[in-house]
Amino acid sequence: MSFDNAYEGLTAEHDDARWAYGSGFHDEMSTVDREIPSTVDRADLAAYALMLGDDALILSQRTAEWCSNGPELEEDVALANIALDLLGQARLLLTRAGEVEGAGRDEDRLAYFRDEIDFRNVRLVEQDNGDFAQTIARLLLFSSARLALFVRLSASADPVLAAVAAKGVKELAYHRDHAAQWTVRLGDGTEESHRRMQAGLDRVWPYLEELFTAHPVEQRLAAAGVAVDPGELRAEVDAVLDQVLTAATLTRPDVAPMATVSGRAGRDGVHSRPMGYLLAELQHIARSQPDAVW
Amino acid sequence: MTAMAPSTVDYARQVAEQVLDPELPVLTLAELGVLRAVELAGDTVLVTITPTYSGCPALDEMRADLRKGLREAGFAHVEVRTVLSPAWTTDWISEDGRRKLTEHGIAPPRRIGPRLAGPVPLRLDPPSAVVPCPRCGSRDTVELSRFSSTACKALRSCSACAEPFEHVKEI
Repeated sequence: MSFDNAYEGLTAEHDDARWAYGSGFHDEMSTVDREIPSTVDRADLAAYALMLGDDALILSQRTAEWCSNGPELEEDVALANIALDLLGQARLLLTRAGEVEGAGRDEDRLAYFRDEIDFRNVRLVEQDNGDFAQTIARLLLFSSARLALFVRLSASADPVLAAVAAKGVKELAYHRDHAAQWTVRLGDGTEESHRRMQAGLDRVWPYLEELFTAHPVEQRLAAAGVAVDPGELRAEVDAVLDQVLTAATLTRPDVAPMATVSGRAGRDGVHSRPMGYLLAELQHIARSQPDAVW
Repeated sequence: MTAMAPSTVDYARQVAEQVLDPELPVLTLAELGVLRAVELAGDTVLVTITPTYSGCPALDEMRADLRKGLREAGFAHVEVRTVLSPAWTTDWISEDGRRKLTEHGIAPPRRIGPRLAGPVPLRLDPPSAVVPCPRCGSRDTVELSRFSSTACKALRSCSACAEPFEHVKEI
């Protein structure tokens, strides 16, 4: 059978399965092997899934702020597409985190009802968008590191992380190419675009180091074959960034890494000033109407 | 369609294979390659699908449309499951699906084969591969944006007939 109108099902079906928030929707991975390898510490695995999920969730939220504000329609659409991919990755990872934690928290609970100190994303992703060049600079750093990470994570001993990563590799390759091509276009463009692309890179570069800094959870899980030690990514990511910067006639910023609080940073819930504002916007509807469904 | 006596898993499969993709309604879910399995467990039809992209918003519509189609065909119990692995690839779009896309003005994806091991190579230039215009057949087309109205498509323009068109990008 078939429908004359593909969206007929919208009105014909009255269950809530298709709505994300407030639906109890959590069967995304129902046929992925969800067994947790016996050698893996559940708390660590939940924490790790949360780190990777929060990185994607927060950058998705930031990137989506460009929606209707892009410098041109095509770019508006492109950034919305990238935000959507990241949101998809976030949903799968937060669902996994909640499932492994075993305390009954689903993706919505984790996204909307945690406070700032409980978020585990790196600080790079929460920074304000700045201008378009700065947004592109951030995407270049993030997608380069995450692509290198997900290629390795595709072989994780955790079947869910492996599946999410293998899928994400295809998406992140497009994100990185997009950011890299814009970096070259702006860097090797006019005097003004060059200046702003360099300024954007200078602004986000201090947060690069955090992407390569292993948290104890990552170190333990890497030893168990579940996670990737992000320090291993540095050489590969550096080579990619150098290739882009050279083509773009830009200079690798010579800046000190952003300070930590006694070694603690985003992965420990130590965030920067923009994070609270971001969460206020992300969470306020869900928190104002905690029982809402639609 | 009137409900027939559902007897076999083959019939359930036939019904499921006819359900259209919500975002590319010229294709069925089978032609798109997202329908991975249709099985019968007792009196429940188990349908397995896979998302095209992690955040594909059409996934929940697919579930709803599959349940509706199968129920209307007489299957009272339907369960739609999602599987992430192996990840969907545009190589799974069938020959019929590719032909239908072209007929509807959407350039089908090229075949890319399995991903090679190791780091993903960086692409600083737009892909050099030729994507013929689905309207006039000209090979003189350019990529305007790698992202289009849905996550799975890129936007191109034909230099011969001057029409823009969409291209299901390879993943």
